[in-house]
Amino acid sequence: MTANAMQSSSVNRRPITWSSPLTYALALAVAAVSITPVVYVVIGGFRTTPQIVADPAGLPSPWVWDNYARVLTQSNFWQQTFNSGVIALGTTLGVVLLGVSAAFVLARYTFRGREVLYTFFTLGLLFPAGAAILPLYLMLRDLNLINSYYAVILPQVAFQLPLTVVILRPFLSAIPRELEDAAAIDGTGRIGFLWRIVLPLSRPALVTVGILAFVASWNAFLLPLLVLGDASLHTLPLGVQNFSSQYTSDTAGILAFTSLAMLPALLFFTFAEKQIVGGLQGAVKG
Amino acid sequence: MTSTNPTLDLAGGATAPPAGRRPAKRSSYRAAETRRKWYEIIGLTTPAVIVYVMFVLVPIGFAFYYSLFRWRGVGPPTDYVGFDNYVLAFQDPIFLDALRNNAIIVFGSLLIQGPIALGVALLLNRSFRGRTLFRLLAFVPYVLAEVTVGIMWKLLLSDAGTLNALMEAVGLGGLVQAWLADLDIVIWTLLFVLTWKYVGFAIILLLAGLSNVPQELNEAAAIDGASWWQTQRHITLPLLGPTIRIWMFLSMIGSLQVFDIIWVTSVPAVRSLGASATMATYMVDNGFFARLWGYGNAVAVILFVISFVAALIFQRFLLRRDIQGAVTGRAK
Repeated sequence: MTANAMQSSSVNRRPITWSSPLTYALALAVAAVSITPVVYVVIGGFRTTPQIVADPAGLPSPWVWDNYARVLTQSNFWQQTFNSGVIALGTTLGVVLLGVSAAFVLARYTFRGREVLYTFFTLGLLFPAGAAILPLYLMLRDLNLINSYYAVILPQVAFQLPLTVVILRPFLSAIPRELEDAAAIDGTGRIGFLWRIVLPLSRPALVTVGILAFVASWNAFLLPLLVLGDASLHTLPLGVQNFSSQYTSDTAGILAFTSLAMLPALLFFTFAEKQIVGGLQGAVKG
Repeated sequence: MTSTNPTLDLAGGATAPPAGRRPAKRSSYRAAETRRKWYEIIGLTTPAVIVYVMFVLVPIGFAFYYSLFRWRGVGPPTDYVGFDNYVLAFQDPIFLDALRNNAIIVFGSLLIQGPIALGVALLLNRSFRGRTLFRLLAFVPYVLAEVTVGIMWKLLLSDAGTLNALMEAVGLGGLVQAWLADLDIVIWTLLFVLTWKYVGFAIILLLAGLSNVPQELNEAAAIDGASWWQTQRHITLPLLGPTIRIWMFLSMIGSLQVFDIIWVTSVPAVRSLGASATMATYMVDNGFFARLWGYGNAVAVILFVISFVAALIFQRFLLRRDIQGAVTGRAK
């Protein structure tokens, strides 16, 4: 029994176990399914359209930089990246600001109607925001907000608030009561407590909800499609879609544009992956 | 409030011994404190409540109002038609196709993504060298924008696309299909693309849930001689229950409103025949682009009601325990 236990625990600790060939084979298969299409698109951007038509699955010969250069210099790529950036940053800022204020009240104040207010916010998780896109468009039109960054930012903040409140509230509740009492004894009010103690302590959770809001906004398609008719305001997803339907015969150009549009999200996620998984742990705790 | 406090204070000072002043003072302090607390509560929550009500709840109310009119979106709606728009929707075979497609996507996603994600999450939860890299690679599809994913697969799956060429090259030419143009196949092709895109989300959630499973439990099981598989089956899986149910819920809501990938990947002609339409694409096609605003809003209400009822049923029977646990367990 002891020998068995020793053996098992040493097996668990070792980074490479007896089953590793199978583990690696499966992991490699998962990775291959995930990224082969993406790699194909990126490499396809280095070929010419005639090459692709003649042999869709081949490698570039020779490698052509022209497609990427063309997209970067001639299309509206930079303008669209800028628009996406402004909208995503605005959304993130709004979500974090409004979300943390509301979640702070729901987590640290005792008052009548608190649970009602919380349920009110969680209701937003129960139905699809996309369902209200038509009346939302009409409302934004009546408010004269169509074709402005606000037409995307404000609704996106609203869509993202329920999830933000649900993730932040348990996090803010978990901050020990003693810290609040200590702050009170030092003469700091609850707002000072929020500002000087809660915000610094909850940075991991804030980063998580910020990242989720940023990525959701960066990738959004339906809302911008309806409210940003003006081409100079188009975001990257709209740009990619337009480019691909405008230059249908320029396959290589579409592949290059698509690759470039993928790049920021991929880089961003590579740096933030730990944060996202870490931050979700509190949210999915049963 | 402000005028009664000094009176109380005075009265207390006049009739009671000096020590009696203290409770009165404290109560006036407490009243001011309560007032300040309410100012803080209102000040901190109002911006969020206003934005949320204005851009999430109010539009849903408007959708119902507009849905009762025949309206082209110009001027105020005047041509009241009652529930005619709803009747029309359920008489349109294209809309019924869209409903069927949504059902395929909801159940297909749950049945296909669930087992795959569980397997991959258990695999990537083992400790082995390079695990971090493999995790990153498995998440790639989920991070990419729906639009780029859609365009990518559109190119790969088109009639003269890469997949068909590859199949010809390896001698499977007989199985070549018009993946996105064949009206009987297209919805299944789209289900495949959606699975490829969203299985990563399930994996992320499950990995987050797995990291909450105490390592000591697995070690204890190992000491008792349980195999890796027995540990997963009898310890990890039951503890993952809440995470799995939350994922099922989010997947269901997402599948009911799926729009982006369908819109980008399948051409409008196929969509307009119903083969690849979903409720959301049908709503945007009819409401926004064909300018049948009243009709489009009726479809929006149907989509909303279906999602809401599905969510409530799910909530009632599966999620309640989890949410209670999450809230009460943590708030204390």
